[in-house]
Amino acid sequence: MDFKLTPEQEALKKEFEDFFEVEMKHEPEDWVWGLEGLFSDAGWPFNVYMAKRLAEKGWLVRPWPEEYGGCNAPMIEQLIFGDVLGYYCAPGVDPLGVGMIGPTILAVGTEEQKKEHLPPIAKAERFWCQGWSEPNAGSDLASLTTKAVKDGDDWILNGQKCWNTGAHRADWCFTIARTNPEERRSKGLTYFILDMKSPGVSVVPIESMDGSKHFNEIYFDDVRVPSRNVIGEVNGGWAITQATMNYERSSVGIMSGASRGLNELVQYCKETSLRGKPLSQNPHVRHRLAQLAIDIEVGRTLSYRVGWLQEKEDIMAAAAAACGAKVYSTELWQRVAFTGIEIMGLYGTVAKGSKWAVLKGQFEDLAQSTPGYKLGGGTSEIMRSIVAWVGLGLPRIK
Amino acid sequence: MDLGFSEEQEMLRKTARDFLETECPTSLVKEMAEDEQGYTSELWGKMAELGWMGLALPEEHDGMGMSFLDLAVLLEEMGRACLPGPFFSTVVLGGLTILEAGNEEQKKEFLPKIAAGEAILTMALTEPSASYDPASITVKAVPDKDDYVISGTKLFVENAHIADYLICVTRTKDGAGKGEDGITLFLVDGKSPGITTTLLKTIAGDKQCEITFDNVRVPQKNMLGERDKGWPVVAKILQKATVAKCAEMIGGAQAALDMSVAYAKERIQFGRPIGSFQAIQHHCANMVTDVDGSRFITYQAAWKVSEGLPAVMEVSMAKAWVSEAYRRVTQLGHQIHGGIGFCMDHDMPLYFKRAKAAEPTFGSADWHREIVARELGL
Ligand SMILES: Cc1cc2nc3c(=O)[nH]c(=O)nc-3n(C[C@H](O)[C@H](O)[C@H](O)COP(=O)(O)OP(=O)(O)OC[C@H]3O[C@@H](n4cnc5c(N)ncnc54)[C@H](O)[C@@H]3O)c2cc1C
Ligand SMILES: Cc1cc2nc3c(=O)[nH]c(=O)nc-3n(C[C@H](O)[C@H](O)[C@H](O)COP(=O)(O)OP(=O)(O)OC[C@H]3O[C@@H](n4cnc5c(N)ncnc54)[C@H](O)[C@@H]3O)c2cc1C
Repeated sequence: MDFKLTPEQEALKKEFEDFFEVEMKHEPEDWVWGLEGLFSDAGWPFNVYMAKRLAEKGWLVRPWPEEYGGCNAPMIEQLIFGDVLGYYCAPGVDPLGVGMIGPTILAVGTEEQKKEHLPPIAKAERFWCQGWSEPNAGSDLASLTTKAVKDGDDWILNGQKCWNTGAHRADWCFTIARTNPEERRSKGLTYFILDMKSPGVSVVPIESMDGSKHFNEIYFDDVRVPSRNVIGEVNGGWAITQATMNYERSSVGIMSGASRGLNELVQYCKETSLRGKPLSQNPHVRHRLAQLAIDIEVGRTLSYRVGWLQEKEDIMAAAAAACGAKVYSTELWQRVAFTGIEIMGLYGTVAKGSKWAVLKGQFEDLAQSTPGYKLGGGTSEIMRSIVAWVGLGLPRIK
Repeated sequence: MDLGFSEEQEMLRKTARDFLETECPTSLVKEMAEDEQGYTSELWGKMAELGWMGLALPEEHDGMGMSFLDLAVLLEEMGRACLPGPFFSTVVLGGLTILEAGNEEQKKEFLPKIAAGEAILTMALTEPSASYDPASITVKAVPDKDDYVISGTKLFVENAHIADYLICVTRTKDGAGKGEDGITLFLVDGKSPGITTTLLKTIAGDKQCEITFDNVRVPQKNMLGERDKGWPVVAKILQKATVAKCAEMIGGAQAALDMSVAYAKERIQFGRPIGSFQAIQHHCANMVTDVDGSRFITYQAAWKVSEGLPAVMEVSMAKAWVSEAYRRVTQLGHQIHGGIGFCMDHDMPLYFKRAKAAEPTFGSADWHREIVARELGL
C-alpha cells in the first residue's frame, strides 16, 4: 500500500496543471463544462482548440503505442491526466473517439483500420459519435433492430439511433446493426464504423432537459458501408461492444470535477452571509460540505483502484469496480450539484448570464444535467447488476 | 502508487485469517461477550507466541519492528473475526502511547512485557461527558511529596477491569483554562488502592468500564511524558487509534458482506436463490461500494500515519465514512438474511452490534465531519 506519486509522476502532474492553467484562459465567456459546453456553438470551437493543443503536446492518447501517436503511458499516468483534466473542467478529450472507439480499434481492429483511424484521433482531426441506442433498445441494447444487409462488398444500413451525443459535430460514427435476422438478440449483431458524410445519414437534434442540444437522433437510410469498416467478425459485434464499454471507466475525471465544484462552494460559503452570518458558520452547511469532501476522497480512491486493477490486468475485477465507480461518481456528482443549489437557496435557481447568477450559474446547470449522467453509458441499475453478477458471482437468471 | 498489500502483509493477513478462523470461532466470540473477563488466556498466549502484541513495537523492545500499516492489516483480520479481548487497548492505546511518550526506563520496563503478552493495558481517557476533546478532561492529579494523587471518574474505559496498567489522562493545572494545556498522563497500576471499576453492559458485550479514582497514589516516576504537555500525545494516539478502529471495522464489514453474498447464493425462495432477485443484488452491490470505499480511505489514512505525514483530514474522513458505511453494510446484511439473521445464535448480529459500538468510538461521523469542515477552512 502506497498512496504517493513518484517524483516523476509529481512532475508530470505539475506539467499538466501548468498547461491547463494557461490554456483555460481561452475559455469563452460564460462557458461551463458539460455536454452542453463541449458541443454548443460557443463551446465546440474551444473544444476543438483544446483538442489540437493536447494533440500537439502528444497528450491526447498517451497510453497508445508510439506508432499511433501515444507514448505507451502506464495507467497511473492516465489517471493523473484524467484527474487534472477533470479538475480544470477542461474540454478537448473526445470521450467517444479517444475514449471508446480508439481503444476498441487498438484492441480488435485490423492493421489497416488502425493505420486509417488511429492517427486522425491522436491528431484531433477526426471526431466521433456513438450510434448504439435506439428508441426501443436502451439498456437492452441487444434487442436493437437497425439492420445491415450485405450488397456486394458493402453493407446497407437502415434504422434509427437515438441519444447520440455530439453526432451533429462528429466526422465518424461507430454503430451496431443486426446482420443475421435469424439469430435472436446478441448473436446476430455486427459492429460498424462509418463516415457521417455518407449518403443516407441524417442527424436530428434533441434538446435535453438542461436546455442543451448535445444529443441527437441518427437516421440511416440505405447507408452504404464498405466491408472493411466492419470491426471484428460479422455477427460478432456484441463481444466488442462489451469491450468498448470497459475502457477507461475509472470515472476519475468526475471525482476531480466534483472536487473543483466543492472548492468553489467552500469559497462561496466563506464569502457569503445569510442573515448576517457567514454560511460557513452554519453547522448544517459545514457538515454537508464536509460530507461531500469525504465522499469525493472515497471516490478518488475508488477510481484509482479501477486503474490499478486494469494495470494488474485483473479484467473482471476491474470491470466490476468500474461499474461501481460509475454509479458512485455520478450519484456523488448529483449530490454536489444539489448541495450547491440548496445552499444557495433562491440564488441557486438563477441560470448563467444573469448578474444574479452565483458561480456563473454552473450549479443550476450541473444540477439539471446530472440525471443524464446516471443514465448514459449504462444506467445505475444496470451497473449495480453487473457488480452483483461479475464482481460477486450472484446468479443471473434470464 | 500501489493499492495492494506487500508480500509480507499478504502473508500476515493469511496467517491471521487462518489462525483466527481456528482459534477464534464465533462461538468463542459469543461466549466472551457474556463472560466477565472477556478473553481467554489460552488464546491470548497463542497470539503472544505469534508475536502480535509486539508487531508494531521496535525490535530493541522485543517487538517485531513492523509498521503501523502492518498493524492495520492485522487489525482488519481481527475485526473480521470479532476478536474479543484486550488486544486493541493493550497494543494501540497502551503500547503505542508508551512508545510515543515514555522515557527509556519506561519503555524498557513495559514494552517487552506488552510484546510478551504479560501485561494488559488500557487508556483511561473519556469521562462522563463522553467526549474526545481536551476540555473534557477533569480528573485531577495533584502532587503530594513523591507521588501524584488522582481523583475523579473515567467512563467508557475498555478492559479497565482486567488491566494491569491504566494510562490515565489527568488534569494537573488548577484554574488553567480547560484546553490542551495542563493535561498529564500517568501509568497507573490497575490494582492501586482507591480504584474501583464497574463493568458496563453494552450493545456489543465489549468490556467498557466506569473507573473511579479515589485519591489514588501514583509515584512521580510513572508520569508518561512531560507534565502539563500530555494532550499532543493523546491527540497522536487518538489519530492512530481512530485509524486502527477503522481497520477493525472494515474487517467486520467485509465479513458481513461475504456472509450475505454467500447466503444470497444458497437461500432458495420462490424456487430460486434470493441472490438472483435484483433487490438483493443491488443491496449487495451497494455493500461492495461501502466496503471498498471504507478500505481505501482507511488505508490511505493508515499509510499517512505510518509514514508520519500530516493526516488530520484523512483520519477524520476515514472515520466519518467508515462509521456510516459499516452501519449501512450490516443493516443490509440483516435485510438479506431475513428472519434467521435476527436470531442471537446467528453471526450477523455480531457485526451489527460491533458496527453500532464502533460508530461513536473515537468520535462519531458528526464529530469527524466537523473536523473535516475545519480542515476545509470553513
Ligand atoms: C446524457 C446522455 C448521453 C447519451 N449518449 C449516448 C450516445 O452518445 N450514444 C448512444 O448510443 N446512447 C447514448 N445515450 C443513451 C444511453 O445509453 C441510454 O439512455 C441508456 O442505455 C438507457 O437506455 P434508455 O434511456 O432507453 O432507458 P431504459 O433502458 O428504457 O431504462 C429505463 C429505466 O429502466 C431501468 N432498467 C432497464 N432495464 C433494466 C433491468 N434489466 N433491470 C433493472 N432496471 C432496468 C433503467 O435502469 C432505467 O432506470 C445517452 C444517454 C444520456 C442520458
Ligand atoms: C421479529 C420477527 C417476528 C416474526 N414473527 C412471526 C410469527 O409470529 N409467525 C410466523 O409465522 N412468522 C414470523 N416471522 C417470520 C417472518 O414472516 C419471515 O421472517 C419473513 O416472511 C421473511 O422470511 P425469511 O425470514 O424466511 O426470509 P427470506 O424469505 O428467505 O428472505 C431473505 C431475503 O430475501 C428477500 N427476498 C425473498 N424473496 C424475494 C423476492 N421474490 N424478491 C426480492 N427479495 C426477496 C427478502 O426480502 C429478504 O431480504 C417473524 C420474523 C421476525 C423477524
